[in-house]
Amino acid sequence: MTPQDIIRPENKVYARPALLNENNMHYCPGCSHGVVHKLIAEVLEEMGLADKAIGIAPVGCAVFAYNYVDIDWIEAAHGRAPAVATAVKRLDPTRMVFTYQGDGDLAAIGTCEAIHAANRAENIAIIFINNGIYGMTGGQMAPTTLEGMKTSTTPYGRRVELNGYPLAITNLMTQLDGTCYVTRQAVHTPAAVRKTKAAIRQAFSNSMDGSGTSVVEVVSTCASGWKMTPVQANKWMEENMFAKYPLGDLKNTVQQ
Amino acid sequence: MSKVLGAVEINRERCKGCDLCVVACPTDVLLLQPKEVNNRGYHFAFAADPDKCIGCASCAAVCPDACIEVYRMVVK
Repeated sequence: MTPQDIIRPENKVYARPALLNENNMHYCPGCSHGVVHKLIAEVLEEMGLADKAIGIAPVGCAVFAYNYVDIDWIEAAHGRAPAVATAVKRLDPTRMVFTYQGDGDLAAIGTCEAIHAANRAENIAIIFINNGIYGMTGGQMAPTTLEGMKTSTTPYGRRVELNGYPLAITNLMTQLDGTCYVTRQAVHTPAAVRKTKAAIRQAFSNSMDGSGTSVVEVVSTCASGWKMTPVQANKWMEENMFAKYPLGDLKNTVQQ
Repeated sequence: MSKVLGAVEINRERCKGCDLCVVACPTDVLLLQPKEVNNRGYHFAFAADPDKCIGCASCAAVCPDACIEVYRMVVK
């Protein structure tokens, strides 16, 4: 049997999500952003929330998410996405409001907004992409950069006595009473992608149920910023990032 | 005994040649084009050994640019 006999509409088991539009993504080859965008599109489509979803994308590579996922988006000032999301969700609680932030955004300039939105138990979902680097601006050190990791501003590696310790901000958020679901996932293997999809689905349904703030951290790669091929970057992430940022649910107070 | 047959359809112009699908494939179906490039200059992925495909959609799951669609049928 030839592939042409198998490629028929009735045999289709994996289709490109309809909410992803035809624009080519500007992300570098192998960027984790593309996978997470795809998962968001799939989950919104499956939950029937496409018309109700409002995404807030602040500064970072994913600021252009509005070009790719066909839902309503608001672009926020750097780090201020949870504050904007608070306003949107309070004005119209029937909407599914989520933020899409990187580590330079959520863990650095936006720490205050993120922590306080979570502490107020705002019914929003926070998707947090952690690649340990400022990817958009040229690979500078972020608060989440690992100890000894080389970046363009720490060319000899991050030194704790000079730059402090890597910040595991999702672990901080588990301490807040306002968060109902805090998890850390990755998208480097098919199994990890499926788990991340389930986590995003739960975060979105928590937001609609009014259970509190959900945080989904996705430990990601930045192949260009790390100066590796995408495959090497995934391997490096498994060996180094997961030691500091182990995967799994950190907190879940919602009854399944 | 029934047999699972799979096939992948790759949008070659969207592909950025990141190689993640090639690594994710459990049956070594996919490869990057060694010489040929698409109109954006990337060595795109293609099914080098399509008969081995089982339609598991692992390649499609990890594809950051969502350029892979997967088909599967069971032959009794």
